[in-house]
Amino acid sequence: MTEPATTLDDNPVIARLREAFGDAIVETHAHRGDVTAVIAPDRYKEAIRLLKTDAELAFDFLTDLTAVDRLKLKKKPRFEVVVHLYSRKNNSRFRLKTRPANDREPEVDSIVDIIAGANWPEREVFDMFGITFTGHPNLKRILMYEEFVGHPLRKDYPVNKRQPLVPMREIPEDRPNIYSF
Amino acid sequence: MPASIDTETTQTESGTTRKAMLLNVGPSHPAMHGVIRIITELDGETVIDSDVEIGYLHRAFEKESEVVPWNNVFPYTDRLNYVSPLMNNVCYAMGVEKLLDVHPTERCDYIRVIISEVSRLTDHMTCIGASAMELGAMTVFIYFMKAREYLYELVEELTGARLTVSYVRVGGVKADLPEGWLERLDKALDKTAKVIDENDKLLTRNRIFFDRMKDVGLLDTDTAWALGFSGPLMRAAGVPRDLRKDEPYLVYDRFDFDIPVGAVGDNYDRYLVRMEEMRQSISIIKQAIKQIPSGPVQVGLDSRPFTGAQMVDAAKMGLTSDMLVRKVRIDPTLEGTNKHQIRFVNAPFKQVVLPPKEDTYGNIEGLMNHFMLIMDGEGIKVPEGEAYVANEVANGELGFYIVSDGTGHAYRCRVRPPCFYLMQGLTEMINGDMLADIVPSFGSINMIAGELDR
Repeated sequence: MTEPATTLDDNPVIARLREAFGDAIVETHAHRGDVTAVIAPDRYKEAIRLLKTDAELAFDFLTDLTAVDRLKLKKKPRFEVVVHLYSRKNNSRFRLKTRPANDREPEVDSIVDIIAGANWPEREVFDMFGITFTGHPNLKRILMYEEFVGHPLRKDYPVNKRQPLVPMREIPEDRPNIYSF
Repeated sequence: MPASIDTETTQTESGTTRKAMLLNVGPSHPAMHGVIRIITELDGETVIDSDVEIGYLHRAFEKESEVVPWNNVFPYTDRLNYVSPLMNNVCYAMGVEKLLDVHPTERCDYIRVIISEVSRLTDHMTCIGASAMELGAMTVFIYFMKAREYLYELVEELTGARLTVSYVRVGGVKADLPEGWLERLDKALDKTAKVIDENDKLLTRNRIFFDRMKDVGLLDTDTAWALGFSGPLMRAAGVPRDLRKDEPYLVYDRFDFDIPVGAVGDNYDRYLVRMEEMRQSISIIKQAIKQIPSGPVQVGLDSRPFTGAQMVDAAKMGLTSDMLVRKVRIDPTLEGTNKHQIRFVNAPFKQVVLPPKEDTYGNIEGLMNHFMLIMDGEGIKVPEGEAYVANEVANGELGFYIVSDGTGHAYRCRVRPPCFYLMQGLTEMINGDMLADIVPSFGSINMIAGELDR
């Protein structure tokens, strides 16, 4: 992240991404051996699709999807979505990041239709950071309850903040099973 | 994800109406372990559709680890997967060490392998025991708890606690193995192996157990892979992925062991994979006991034992002339009862590892070193950067993605809990099965709410 940006052009994954996306690759580095690329948010979904479907790279396993709030690092844009991928074919790992441009209402394309396993992690990032994933089939809070105010893993959310008590939920008569699905 | 909220009413030929029923399972259902809610849509007893709700045990692990010093996160990691806490300790420590570029000693690596495999045994035993009990096989549960007790006693002897172990430290472990611990472990493993064989005879060819597990909770390889499955469930679905083999960490490349793989990916395969993994773990530990580089010779106490408290008193009176050469007996509650042992199990970096208590109480350098690591605002300074480290824990791939901004605590500490991705697949596993099949399918995931909800 803060190491001097290395070009890493001999790395096949980076080379392939550069060939396909050119200037959309904002930054690359390999801190402690973890090869990383940062891509512009509008090409992020394409990049995931390429990494997954490319016969050579074959990063078809989503290890993890999370986010970092860079508010206290004083960096812009504020949010960063971090995806860790694994390729069974090459037994290698790769980290792809993207930084949504809007700090107030961060928005990133959902990748659930490419990798089904991104469903819950994207919901968690939405829950914890308030990043909206466009095209997600069921984007709602997952660890917190619906009445929770704010997004707890944002850096401007105090660690000891208390939440208001939640009143008993009203059950609408026409939708008795409102809590389901 | 289910699209329809309303359950449809259909007219059958005989004139009766058929309507799907919504049934809420959990969170206060014993088989849901009190922390999971499954909303099912039933047609008779068949699950048509379902939704899983999690988050009942959320404790803000990730937020909390952003505000406490690096070493203070260990007690929290104990509570991630509380059936195999030692493994979480190891994985977190490795994450911080990767950022620091610090490597512990060889003996420490072996200790970490041994405690990891002991944890894998306790985890698998709990999983199989509990899921067998949920199917009515109480005996198996009791037998496995008995065997788990053999190991927990050793864990207690080693760490001082059965569950809240906090044994590993950044750069090493809290203290070296107690005297004779490895021999006792060896004996306990023999007893454990017998219990595993007993339970094997009780369960594997048991008609009731077989019928409840076989072809239930099926998940094909591609779906499991796409959902991010790892560990025993992925191997049961036919992919021999094991980080201990694929990306050997610690000293796993020095052991000879096999990766069991399932044939169809149902609950029965998962059970068989876990049973075989336990035997492999025992084999790994036995090899490690043979290979572990011998620790330091116990240094005999001199004729007048001198406790830490006495030493502090003496120092207050200025009686420090022989302190540097004196051998001291430290209260057993303090970590690091032997200076020589500490050196063998910890990385030689005083910016990271606490000095032995003899030095802390005995000389000014040790005292300063201790305070520099303990005081608020000081502590380990991890250089700026980010690292992802993954270990093969009992449930699959446990990962820590750690971002540091160069201060005394993590900027972001993300856990990749294996359960989280496994639970995503629960809907797929139970849809189409009977209502009663939810219990073994859910049991086969070995959901641990501590790491699922964090």
